[in-house]
Amino acid sequence: MALGAEKTLFDARHLRWVDPNGMVALLVAGSVAAKAQGGRPRLGLPESADVIGYLGRMAFFEAAREVFDFEAPGRRSAGSSSDVLLEITRVAANADVHEVVDRVQGKAGAILASKLGYPTTAVVQFSVILSEVCQNIIEHAEAPGWVAAQAYNWARRLGRFVVVISVMDVGRGFRGSLMDQHSARYADRWGDTTALEAAFLHGLTRFPDSGRGQGIQQIRRQVRRWDGAITIRSGTARIGQVPEWDDTPPLVDGLAPLPGSQISIILPARVTP
Amino acid sequence: MTDLPIDPIAIDVGKLLNKTVTSLYSHLVTRPTGRAVRMAIATQLQSAGEQSLSLIDLSEVVIIDFSCADEVVAKLLQEYQDNEVHDAFFVFRGVHEPHRDQIEVVLVRQGLAAVVETDPGNFQLLGVHSDREDRVWGVLEARGMLAIDEIDSVFDDLEDRKTLESLVHRGLAFRSLISGRIHSLSRLVEHLM
Repeated sequence: MALGAEKTLFDARHLRWVDPNGMVALLVAGSVAAKAQGGRPRLGLPESADVIGYLGRMAFFEAAREVFDFEAPGRRSAGSSSDVLLEITRVAANADVHEVVDRVQGKAGAILASKLGYPTTAVVQFSVILSEVCQNIIEHAEAPGWVAAQAYNWARRLGRFVVVISVMDVGRGFRGSLMDQHSARYADRWGDTTALEAAFLHGLTRFPDSGRGQGIQQIRRQVRRWDGAITIRSGTARIGQVPEWDDTPPLVDGLAPLPGSQISIILPARVTP
Repeated sequence: MTDLPIDPIAIDVGKLLNKTVTSLYSHLVTRPTGRAVRMAIATQLQSAGEQSLSLIDLSEVVIIDFSCADEVVAKLLQEYQDNEVHDAFFVFRGVHEPHRDQIEVVLVRQGLAAVVETDPGNFQLLGVHSDREDRVWGVLEARGMLAIDEIDSVFDDLEDRKTLESLVHRGLAFRSLISGRIHSLSRLVEHLM
């Protein structure tokens, strides 16, 4: 970057609340800006002590150091939270997936049981979901990404606790991943929407191996069992599997272009009859 | 078991995982990890001769994802299904409820079936199989072994006898080349458990 060139400022000073999707998206946006301007953008940290504390508990600052220039927050960000299932974790290699699965073993079972009312064995299926979504980054994005998961109370929106899993990468997106193998059959219909439909609904993958393409399909099945929601956004499109309690449209096109992909999973607390 | 030309071997996937990949990895997750474990199993089978029977023990594995299940179970079975040099049979132990779904999904996807131990001493056919295959396999499982002269009396229906042949062909039952007896796989690995 030439001397005197201006850096992009991500002004988060007035941020009052942020969820895992927001934090991970901030890292993605910062990465895109860094690539475009040839150097790390600046990040103005939130003035709210609560938000700074939450970002600290989610290990946001550790991840953000590689993306942004910012003044390190004080010690007020230290501490741990009983609602954090998985702090923000960079995923770039298979070893990172192992680390993610290892890290959630300790507390995920307790949080899934106490906040969502899931059986203690649900930690296995939860870990499998995390493993498969993280592998999606490595195998299809060919670029790094981040994952985070947290439980919180959706008191107004749903009247119960949810766990949110957010995974984003700065890779080539679903259209880019599937283009060589599958674009021809779609001819001029090929685009972000058809690529997402191919992967999400039909389990297509760029690999010829018939054992591939199961990950997203099985995640969808497990999320449905838990009456959860899953959406994937890539390029200008977003596709989702939407439960009755959610009014998100299952397919949207014409969104602002998103490099890479974003997978968002929401798992709600069980409703006891 | 004097009519058996094979000596069943036990392969502890939990230990293999630590030895093969790295001691830091304690879960059977990611495709490269599964591939490495499958290759380690194949290496062990290389010295087993033309026929082998392996008890693949998943008891110590806490997490197995779909990618790993595809490599360690489905691709392992596929590798030996049409192998004309090596006739390999497998029993999967420790397929408890948390693992069952992942393993069943990858078996069904590839049109395969396997003999699995779901609870201590409780064996099942998992994957793609007909009701008749399940019933015939259950009879063999209960008896442990069928001599040649017992088969017609136990299965008086021709279709049942064909199904028994199919189970042998699919690697879900073992026929001794010496005596012609047909053995349930679980009984053959009983002493390893």
